[in-house]
Amino acid sequence: MAKLINTTGLIQDTELTQVTLSEWQENSASLKGQSLELVLTSDQTADLFGEDADNFARISIEFPKFTDGRGYSAARLLRERYGYKGELRAIGDVLIDQLFFMKRCGFDTYALREDQVLEDAIAAFSTFTAPYQNDANDQRPLFRRRLN
Amino acid sequence: MYVYDQYDQQLLNERVAQFKGQMERYLDGKISEEEFLPLRLQNGIYVQRYAPMLRVAVPYGALNSAQVRKLAYVARTYDKGYAHFSTRQNVQFNWPELSQCPQILADLAEVEMHAVQTSGNCIRNTTTDEYAGVIAEEVVDPRPYCEIIRQWSTFHPEFAFLPRKFKIAVNSVPGEDRASIAMHDIGINIVKNDAGEVGYRVLVGGGLGRTPILGEEICAFLPEEDLLTYLDATIRVYNQFGRRDNKYKARIKILVKALGIDRMRELVEEEFNRIKEGEGKLTQAELERVKQYFTDPAYKALENEPAALVEARSDNKAFARWLERNVRAHKKSGYAVVTLTLKQIGTPPGDVTAEQLDAVADLADEYSFGELRSTHQQNLVLADVEQAELFALWQKLKALGMATPTLGLLTDMICCPGGDFCALANAKSIPVAEDIQARFEDLDYLWDLGDIDLNISGCMNACGHHHIGNIGVLGVDKKGEEFYQVSLGGNSGGNKADDASLGKILGPSFARDAMPDVIAKILDFYVTSRHEGETFLEAYRRIGHTPFKEAVYGKAD
Repeated sequence: MAKLINTTGLIQDTELTQVTLSEWQENSASLKGQSLELVLTSDQTADLFGEDADNFARISIEFPKFTDGRGYSAARLLRERYGYKGELRAIGDVLIDQLFFMKRCGFDTYALREDQVLEDAIAAFSTFTAPYQNDANDQRPLFRRRLN
Repeated sequence: MYVYDQYDQQLLNERVAQFKGQMERYLDGKISEEEFLPLRLQNGIYVQRYAPMLRVAVPYGALNSAQVRKLAYVARTYDKGYAHFSTRQNVQFNWPELSQCPQILADLAEVEMHAVQTSGNCIRNTTTDEYAGVIAEEVVDPRPYCEIIRQWSTFHPEFAFLPRKFKIAVNSVPGEDRASIAMHDIGINIVKNDAGEVGYRVLVGGGLGRTPILGEEICAFLPEEDLLTYLDATIRVYNQFGRRDNKYKARIKILVKALGIDRMRELVEEEFNRIKEGEGKLTQAELERVKQYFTDPAYKALENEPAALVEARSDNKAFARWLERNVRAHKKSGYAVVTLTLKQIGTPPGDVTAEQLDAVADLADEYSFGELRSTHQQNLVLADVEQAELFALWQKLKALGMATPTLGLLTDMICCPGGDFCALANAKSIPVAEDIQARFEDLDYLWDLGDIDLNISGCMNACGHHHIGNIGVLGVDKKGEEFYQVSLGGNSGGNKADDASLGKILGPSFARDAMPDVIAKILDFYVTSRHEGETFLEAYRRIGHTPFKEAVYGKAD
């Protein structure tokens, strides 16, 4: 079992009705209004459903391998292009050394792979104090934050 | 040169701490080999044929003397006493211990150096003209833009796991391509529009490797402040839609070919238009902040051609030759740009010893405001030398073996480390370079041949840029034996805009010991066929491929 965490520690899962993208696209009329979790595979890009994102209490984006970086763009686009405010969860091959990137791209919960050490994972969320770029949490790059 | 402030230094220190922790967890067995791989790659560490290799970043080739001394220290302390300059202006150490790499990175961080993103499927070191800031021809100094790109690309949260590596190059000289930008994933040409405003002509989808392709124009004029948002948009498209099923088809060039440049442009512009007026937009204040690090040093008011120089030149033919070949005009009167060639016979191209590095650092302090540049031709540059000091400098460089007057000539080869070091290589490349250097060491002959780029790669990954050598040599493996394929007519861009070309394969490959003879046949044919003043590339383009082929293989029936 993966360890479900946020940036501070273990959290309890909430039960939602899980749907895949094709299930949503085929049955959106009947599914609307329910507490839904959209489960996305890494090849499903945000533009395919972004306008519908508000229908989901949670969107879970799969990293089939930690080296597959498509989920970072999907997350940022959902947050920044489609204004998604619900829960964004990283699932699949979720490892300590990618958590900091995930957080910056707008994920807020993480299904950490079972073998990963919890304390090291929590520590990884504070790897860098002031990164150069803008991200899903702060639209200002460092050059707009710098105090010189 | 850019100087770190507290933010830059803090980020680098945090990176050193991060990798130290990752290495400890790896050595404790908490990170598997496979999962550690991209972590070490993004910190510059390859595992090579005999030992790990550490590739240290030299952002756009800029170095100061303290950094060069630190490189010498690393070479001496953790390696076998030498270092290697690569075709991406970086520095490689071939013999460090894996477990010592975190300490090396900590040492380097003391002088604002690192190995960040020098490997891995991420945005790599941005390269530019080694003469940036000191030649009159450029539109503006490209280095501030490179530094801005460096900061934007460093630990970019979204682009650390791209389908494949991603390389950006910047040129700022009109009518020339001084950074081979057509061979990059993104090539940026700094230009001015009719209103005199600075902006960029952007190419996308160039690259060497297995499928060499020249970049295509995706944007004819991008305004100055739109640089980073346009890069974000382009790479965001690539990150989502680039192929990940086959690493040989994963570069952005394959995506651009598959979509077509017009569709690619549409996708990029759709995203760019959304973000271009957002907070990610570059500000004039930031441009000014970074540009202030690249202002002119305290030049003296000096005349061109001082008497001391004129006299030494007429008295000493060897000095005159070196001046003609390795010294270039400076934008400021009384100064000159000097290239130190790292191509001595008997030494792999780009290699320097720790002693040479220390000596070069001293020369930089004495003659060139304490700064140096590394070049994509694997040489070093002292960019701000007083003309009156050239003779004294030349004598010191000669003693160091760095004054061979062969810049741009046949023996100024580009060569990857090849099978002597690299686990990817199909064949050795350094011995081929050495054989050719030994065969063609006669300076008069080299001078008569004139400008020729000879580039050697030990495998299809093309680190030695063989596709864009006027003469390209590629090591291939045939049933476990090393052979060499020759191509002709490649061009990195050089002196004319949009003049880059990819070499054409001459014919069946050759055994290593045949290579000097093969090169000799090609050169002999050029010498006997050329028109007055025609370079090798010009002659090849005029005469065509087949006569050169026949000169080497004989006429087909």
